[in-house]
Amino acid sequence: MSWLPMVPFALLASALLACAWCVVTSDDLVHSVLWLALTLVVTAGVYVQLQAEFIAAVQVLLYAGGVAVLMIFAVLLTKRLTGERIPHESGNRVRAALASLSVFGLLTAFILRMPASYAQPAQRSATKVLGERFLVDYALPFEVLSVLLVATMIGAIVIARKEDA
Amino acid sequence: MLNTGLFLVLSAVLFCIGAVGVVTRRNAIVAFMSIEIMFNAANLAFLAFARQHVDMTGHAAAFFVMAVAAAEAAVGLAIIIAVFRRKATVNLDELRELRG
Repeated sequence: MSWLPMVPFALLASALLACAWCVVTSDDLVHSVLWLALTLVVTAGVYVQLQAEFIAAVQVLLYAGGVAVLMIFAVLLTKRLTGERIPHESGNRVRAALASLSVFGLLTAFILRMPASYAQPAQRSATKVLGERFLVDYALPFEVLSVLLVATMIGAIVIARKEDA
Repeated sequence: MLNTGLFLVLSAVLFCIGAVGVVTRRNAIVAFMSIEIMFNAANLAFLAFARQHVDMTGHAAAFFVMAVAAAEAAVGLAIIIAVFRRKATVNLDELRELRG
């Protein structure tokens, strides 16, 4: 067990946490969205480290490509962009610190009780196995998911459309 | 190979950053982005356990989480836009019609 594999993990993890913290604390709404896009891309890097290449690719396509753009549309539609900064304020600082620190303590208490575990290398291509699982074991949830996506897209259009239209 | 615990601690920190965002920020869109960060933290834990047990079920769970999160993002942002059209604000403290 050498320290060498730690280096890319440490770099990715610190970048990820810094980006996520900037999303939460940035004073400018547009900057928050851009930090979120970066957070999602760096998360895909961590997924690659976890040997989840397919999930990493979906993450970049779906989140960094889709959800981030959707967020920018929502920002544009709820505030008129005329070049000035869009400030947004915060509240509940003490309660937030209390709540998140207690959740963090609880989670790490459980993680530290786990035995230290090192993964075995995967024998087969993970994406191939995943595709077989989706078409055999998870065929029904997979189809239900596509129906859910259609239903939410129609619902989103109905909700967001102008009322007099 | 890296210890699974490292990824789990990273996931826990990420989840807590998202929780701080949901509680502190008063803009609905930022609260929304914080929820997306928390989804990512959950996915990270799923994938860490999937690697530890060499079991693709964790990958499938992460995939379903991502698809449902995308659907949730579309509906949530539509609701935010509809609320903005009616109230001309997305400040969560000013939206208190349902409070008794």
